Amino acid sequence: MAKIIFEEPGGHEHAVDIADGLSIMEGAVKDMVVGIDADCGGACSCATCMVYVSEEWRDRLPAKDSTEQAMLEFCPHVDETSRLSCQIKVTGALDGLRLKVPESQH
Amino acid sequence: MSADPLVIIGAGQAAGQLVASLAHEGFAGDVIVVGDEPHPPYQRPPLSKKFLAGEIELDRLYVKPEAFYAKAGTKLMLDTRVAGIDRQARAIISEAGPTLRYSTLVIATGSRPRALILPGADLEGVMYLRTIADVEAIRRYLERGRRLVIVGGGYIGLELAAVAAKRGVLVTVLEQAPRVMARGVGSIVSAFYERLHREEGVMIATGTAVLGFEGNGRVEHVICDGARIAADLVVVGVGAIPNTELAREAGLAVDNGIVVDAQCRTEDPVIHAIGDCASQLHPLLDQRLRLESVHSALEQARMTAAAICGRPQPLLQTPWFWSDQYDVKLQMAGLSAKHDEVVVRGDPDRGRSFAVFYLRQGVLIAADAVNRAPEFMMSKQLIADRARVDPAKLGDEQVAMKEVRL
Repeated sequence: MAKIIFEEPGGHEHAVDIADGLSIMEGAVKDMVVGIDADCGGACSCATCMVYVSEEWRDRLPAKDSTEQAMLEFCPHVDETSRLSCQIKVTGALDGLRLKVPESQH
Repeated sequence: MSADPLVIIGAGQAAGQLVASLAHEGFAGDVIVVGDEPHPPYQRPPLSKKFLAGEIELDRLYVKPEAFYAKAGTKLMLDTRVAGIDRQARAIISEAGPTLRYSTLVIATGSRPRALILPGADLEGVMYLRTIADVEAIRRYLERGRRLVIVGGGYIGLELAAVAAKRGVLVTVLEQAPRVMARGVGSIVSAFYERLHREEGVMIATGTAVLGFEGNGRVEHVICDGARIAADLVVVGVGAIPNTELAREAGLAVDNGIVVDAQCRTEDPVIHAIGDCASQLHPLLDQRLRLESVHSALEQARMTAAAICGRPQPLLQTPWFWSDQYDVKLQMAGLSAKHDEVVVRGDPDRGRSFAVFYLRQGVLIAADAVNRAPEFMMSKQLIADRARVDPAKLGDEQVAMKEVRL
């Protein structure tokens, strides 16, 4: 279990407790975090679950695989802190992780 | 304002997204979702992929946890079939008897597998794959050495073939058309998928019509032109039929799907239709389309929630689709019908990574990308922009996808 803090579009902070083994995206969608569409349900096919990772967490997340890397490269509003939240599995080590949700996934 | 609830017939992904989007848009009224399965809205794409393979649990299929609906002011009436819609009384009639008045009605009845009307098709062990219950029944038979015959080489059939082959099941796919996935992709991609499955040990027979099934109570053989194939299990995946009967009987126009405008309204101002059952005047493509796709269902649910709440319409995306088979991710963008030029990037005859682009008068209209996320993502943008592209650059792997626009 990890508490993940999302900064939603507009600045509202939304903390969600997500069980180990789920992806960050799944936890966010089930708790109605605003701005994470996740149309493909976690198949790394749509790039509509993009989040920005806060500075202090950037090097503590598991590395991107080649598909995530490629999807992100062509994602709108992307920057070097972007990740696809469907590709990050939750473990206790992520407790306190802070993520910012983009204004739009399109 | 009417105190009657907004009623959604159907509890699939479109319905689940509609409930979520209504909550997001601040809809103040009561919502009732009437579904004929025992489950709250769940994701169907994993049914023939990770859920079938046992890689994800049932509760991870659910679009939202059950507690979410009560919190959102939504009542789920599950295991409930609707017998009719009384538009004069603005009420639906459930098969069990009670009527339910609505202020707004959304028909999200989805589609059902096209049934094979053939001798022996009702034998035990001839199955379809559409619901959680179907998958749970099929999965029990997927054991090493069992013989599975799949009728239909579309997405469902081939995704099932991939999962079953990985488990050591002996899989045969029978496809009536000259190539697999003929409705969804171009012939180059079809040929690739036939090679892929053969490399993974699956028997594929195209141009092969099934004539019937034989067995003593339970299916034992599949009969096709000139052959009799032994089977422990048969799964039929030969397309889907939209569930439009309720709408038609209520006097709403049906043309392949329930006829709706760009914002998913039927001709009755308080009735909308979304998802697989709806034939929408597509706002981006200027044509009437009935798409069987998750992306389309979710987008239509978001549009409908915005329309009902009087909110601005969401930004729309080029239609897109995907399929996961073995280690191959196929991502498709746009619709390739009416293309006049095909450009290939990479080698479809070797390896497992290439893309095919479909152009019309120099404009990119569709792409099929096989393990090619950059090609897919860039194509989605180019198609949405109706961009002219340079075919020579598009076909040249040395030129980055960001450079192909003219």
